[in-house]
Amino acid sequence: MLAGASGEGAAFAMRLVVRAAEVLGAERLIPITGAHVDSCLYHGEATIDFVDRLVDGGAQVAVPTTLNIGGLDLLHPELWRGTAESAERSRLLMDRYRALGCRPTFTCAPYQLSARPALGDQVAWAESNAIVFCNSVLGARTERYGDFTDIACAIAGRVPDAGLHRTDARRAVLVLRIAADVPAALLDDDALYPVLGIVLGKVAGSRVAALDGLPRGLSEDRLKAVGAAAASSGAVAMFHAVGSTPEAPTLEAALQEGEPLETVDVGLAELRAARDELTTVGGGAPAGTPLGIVSLGTPHASLAEMRAIERELAGQHPAPGVELLVSTARDLLLEAEEDGLAARLRALGVELLVDTCSYIAPVLRPSPLPAMTDSGKWAFYAPGNIGVDVVFGSMRECVRSAVAGRVVRDDAMWGVA
Amino acid sequence: MGCRVKGRALSGGSATGTALVLDEPLSLWGGLDPATGRIIDARHPQRGSTVTGRILVMAGVRGSSSSSSVLAESARAGTAPAAILLGEPDLILAVGAAVAEELYGVRVPLVLLSRGDVLAIPDDAAVTIAEDGVVSVG
Repeated sequence: MLAGASGEGAAFAMRLVVRAAEVLGAERLIPITGAHVDSCLYHGEATIDFVDRLVDGGAQVAVPTTLNIGGLDLLHPELWRGTAESAERSRLLMDRYRALGCRPTFTCAPYQLSARPALGDQVAWAESNAIVFCNSVLGARTERYGDFTDIACAIAGRVPDAGLHRTDARRAVLVLRIAADVPAALLDDDALYPVLGIVLGKVAGSRVAALDGLPRGLSEDRLKAVGAAAASSGAVAMFHAVGSTPEAPTLEAALQEGEPLETVDVGLAELRAARDELTTVGGGAPAGTPLGIVSLGTPHASLAEMRAIERELAGQHPAPGVELLVSTARDLLLEAEEDGLAARLRALGVELLVDTCSYIAPVLRPSPLPAMTDSGKWAFYAPGNIGVDVVFGSMRECVRSAVAGRVVRDDAMWGVA
Repeated sequence: MGCRVKGRALSGGSATGTALVLDEPLSLWGGLDPATGRIIDARHPQRGSTVTGRILVMAGVRGSSSSSSVLAESARAGTAPAAILLGEPDLILAVGAAVAEELYGVRVPLVLLSRGDVLAIPDDAAVTIAEDGVVSVG
């Protein structure tokens, strides 16, 4: 393949895989059963020049490959507020990846699609939240692949035998122990999990950590929130939640019977500080602060999350002037449409966005007022990307705030008097 | 008073420039504007600094898997750093540099040093990087 027998595009892809193997110190390549590619998001003309080289060189993916979000919502082009030219460049890039044989899934949460890898499968995934979910929650194995490497591995059908593809690298070297002062009500609330993820990313950096002391059998949506936030505040590619993730039925299993290098207690004060840091509005956005935008669904909302939003709305609309937007995958929107859920949400004034994210694409109504989100990742990146001030809260607080048109918070469970 | 250390070249090339030592890890995606070469991460202490032509010194790496694209785009736009010195290996930046070289013939040397060697480089120091990964400081 390197010599060009499979075409110039495949040879280029193989050169990048070999470079990756050198950087990772791998001695050989191993086959993969699937890939998830993030390179379809436009970051300037270099991203188009790159894929043109592959397409013009006759490359095709060798394994089933899903696509991450692109720069715009292809199904709802009316939501676009940017220039026609930038929409055209984003659309062109997304089309080019289809030409390589990738599935047009356009979601950052490919693990919510019906076909997903299983425990022990070797894959090549990009997109930081997807990588951490793949390793941690599915127990499938991927290194932290990025743009260009992802599609190169998909075309080669192989990855370097290194890092998290190997059992020993999946061992927890760090334990985060939930301290006794964290109230049971908080452990049982969705609001905790993105905040815990922010703390995990800061403490762990790129190390594999085990979370000990959480309720067992945590939902995939809660584990998704932990991972997405941890991959934003740190470079976390895998974590274990004892009693919830497949390689951590016990703490000893997560440690692969070894000793941790470090054990860190995470208490209520630290969690509260991490939660407060996610809010960028001066003064910490006390209850009553007026809002312009509420953005949910980062990573893309699951059907269960969309149903929970509907339940929380309980027939109420967002206040006049407040935009309530939920991002999800086009495949899940199709299911929500068949089920009537999408129509019911739209009738209540909820905007549904697919194929992209509201901190990437220019879709939100310009507003001088802050935006509220339940996503640690959105709170982390939106101020830099789209220049909004952010208020962080749980999904329940976000929906109630959208209805009230101002911040509604439940501070009691965070130990705030 | 200079010193020479041997690193591992994750992406080849030689370069000379002044060091821009990052106080905290930076994700190029969301952190660097490839059109201008400026650091735009609102939470980064060096927000507003320009990386173009500098020897970017990063003890740790952070964040997004899209940083490869941002590095290649900054090479295309002529705003890339002259070289990057790393304290830990980073596949995402190494592949971004490989693509920049394949597409545009622009080399952004990427050299892995020990964390201690990286931390010893002062901001604004004159740095020379040789093809074999030897880094001379001061």
